[in-house]
Amino acid sequence: MLNRTADSVARATPEPLARKVRGISDKGLAWLFISPTILLLLAINIFPLFWAIYLSFTNFRANRPNEVVKNLGLANYKRILADQDIWIAMQTTAHFVFWTILLQTLIGFTLAWLIDRKFRGHAFWTTIILVPMMLSPAVVGNFWRFLYEPQIGLFAYAVSFVTGIPATEISMLSNVSLAPWSIIIVDTWMWTPYVMLICLAGLRSIPEYIYEAAEVDRASNWRQFWSITLPMALPFIMLAVLFRGIENFKMFDMVNLLTGGGPGSTTEVASITLKRQAFESWRTGYSSAFAIILFVAVFGLANIYVKALNKVKQR
Amino acid sequence: MKSTLKLTLGLASTLFASTAVSNVAQAEDLTLCWAAWDPANALVELSKDFTKETGIGMKFQFVPWTNYADRFLNELNSHGKLCDLIIGDSQWIGGAAENGHYVKLNDFFDKEKISMDDFVPATVVGYSEWPKNSPNYWALPAMGDVVGWTYRKDWFSKPELQKEFKEKYGWDLGPPTTFDQLKQIAEFFQKRDIDGKTVYGASIYTERGSEGITMGAMDVLYSFGFQYENPKKPYEMEAFVNSDKSVKGLEFYKALYDCCTPPGASNSYMGEGVDAFKSGQVAMHMNFAFTWPGLQKDENVGGDKIGYFVNPKGPDGDQFAQLGGQGISVVSYSDKQEAALKYIKWFANKDVQSKWWSLGGYSCLNAVVKDPGFPASQPYAQTFLDSMAIVKDFWAEPSYAPLLQASQKRFHDYVVAGQGSAKDALDGLVKDWTEVFQDDGKM
Repeated sequence: MLNRTADSVARATPEPLARKVRGISDKGLAWLFISPTILLLLAINIFPLFWAIYLSFTNFRANRPNEVVKNLGLANYKRILADQDIWIAMQTTAHFVFWTILLQTLIGFTLAWLIDRKFRGHAFWTTIILVPMMLSPAVVGNFWRFLYEPQIGLFAYAVSFVTGIPATEISMLSNVSLAPWSIIIVDTWMWTPYVMLICLAGLRSIPEYIYEAAEVDRASNWRQFWSITLPMALPFIMLAVLFRGIENFKMFDMVNLLTGGGPGSTTEVASITLKRQAFESWRTGYSSAFAIILFVAVFGLANIYVKALNKVKQR
Repeated sequence: MKSTLKLTLGLASTLFASTAVSNVAQAEDLTLCWAAWDPANALVELSKDFTKETGIGMKFQFVPWTNYADRFLNELNSHGKLCDLIIGDSQWIGGAAENGHYVKLNDFFDKEKISMDDFVPATVVGYSEWPKNSPNYWALPAMGDVVGWTYRKDWFSKPELQKEFKEKYGWDLGPPTTFDQLKQIAEFFQKRDIDGKTVYGASIYTERGSEGITMGAMDVLYSFGFQYENPKKPYEMEAFVNSDKSVKGLEFYKALYDCCTPPGASNSYMGEGVDAFKSGQVAMHMNFAFTWPGLQKDENVGGDKIGYFVNPKGPDGDQFAQLGGQGISVVSYSDKQEAALKYIKWFANKDVQSKWWSLGGYSCLNAVVKDPGFPASQPYAQTFLDSMAIVKDFWAEPSYAPLLQASQKRFHDYVVAGQGSAKDALDGLVKDWTEVFQDDGKM
């Protein structure tokens, strides 16, 4: 029956096309099918990357297309590495990445552990917890801006209610000390559910019989947590940290919407500096060099981290 | 059957003809690019007359102020054909002229007998000329604008407040004529209870992202003695940008921010200022004159409740104000330059300019603003005229963007974030601006 169908399909195929197709090897056919994707990737990913690398060695400015483009060698890179403002932006980024990852991991894992208890209504609470990460960052940024308003914001009123400090004196986005934390709070609120989901997948992947064996050995809950739950969920936790680390290293939208990098330059993370140099100051060559430095930094750190992750998985 | 065929053919040919006509009309449509604000709506209304007269349709691309420069400078730099006409910011003129984004209008002005002498001199220098003070015109002054102040006339005229103010400061509560007086008034109103509501002294520009804090700080610094460069030696900024007088001016701006602005006003520009004034939060409000027609009409704070005053004098009696406003230019990448020039010719007409003013736009034509009836035409007209007589503008160099970014950072770091001193901020600014001009090969 199958042979008959194949024969009829072969007969129905026009002769010239059939001959042509027959002339192509399996490997050739595979290349034929993936070539559109490869061409697209080359056009929108690889070419811009190499173009940016080329521009990073020049004085090119996108707003002055008529100007002669000079080769500056490593001058842009040297200037960036000696620029104090860039280092301050990198420190701000590191501060933001460290605290968001720490808080999101701690809270996310705790939530996952609680949800994994499968108490009554846990599915409902899982859905509720996931809501923030389903929202658009633009929406989140805007409504938190209103929540933080010292005169009309609910956040200020809530803090005022608890601490007794007048709401008008709680300027989360204007205060130099509070502004970085205002962004950390919003990012944690929005992305902890994501970490929770990954951790939950890790917890659910631990076979039940290991816990049963531990019960037989009369291991305490605490002992089970440290010896079974945490080590076996660790690769998942590390994966969540990697994803959030990469995302937050290039964080732009939330910072731009909440503080615009201010007050002063207190919350000016690397991506905001990069945008300002590239699209406000129009220093295209300089900003390309900065982008390459950031790319190498993220790529390098991510590689080291992935190696560590693999080691943990192999244990 | 025959008649059905005829009817079908008739309908088809009518449809074809109407489509062809509409395509021709669309081909003649002009697109005008500008910021999304009240005057843009007035221009839409005004431009209907142009379409009536010429049959050329008008389309508009309006972008909010915060993205205005990014969006349209990108468009110009990429040689885009989106805009046939553009009302670009005054500081763009140098870059737009040198990079060939705008059509030079000298020959057109000569041919159409449009004279720049017919326009307010400050607007010609500010919006049209590059290099400055040379007869090279790249735009027609379109929308005069300047930073000035509004105040709550109804609060200022409360007898109990007048009495208390006089006792405290020794002079009558009224529109301030010096910055010291302005600060005293702001302090007086800060956190005061008026009609059961806590109010604040003043709304000033503090925005970080685009140009806000620079416009606000410069508006004060000019009158304190700030100069961009040595008048005798261009681009020499040491002891001019960071002179003792400039330092005092910046210290004053910070003191005003610290003492007398509403809570959370650390990123406030035109829109936030209008909101603060309209919602009855502040006694005084720094803003561009374009906001005044809207505020004048406002039910809660407009009419008799609002007053206007010119930017006050500095400690040595100098008095300047930050220029705003824009000129209208023809984009050199447009395929419809002839039609665009027709629009400029129409816009320069006296009757059109008079209507422009009556609709809420600020005409720059002498024949309109020097008309004897002009000062009384609107409650803010005289303040506008007085302010336009004392304007100064930010750098209009091709590198205006990095120059602006540097001042935004330095001013915000000091005024809002409280980092370093005013001297540090201005020394840093000299350093940043020097680097920019060195990169440009001008130093």
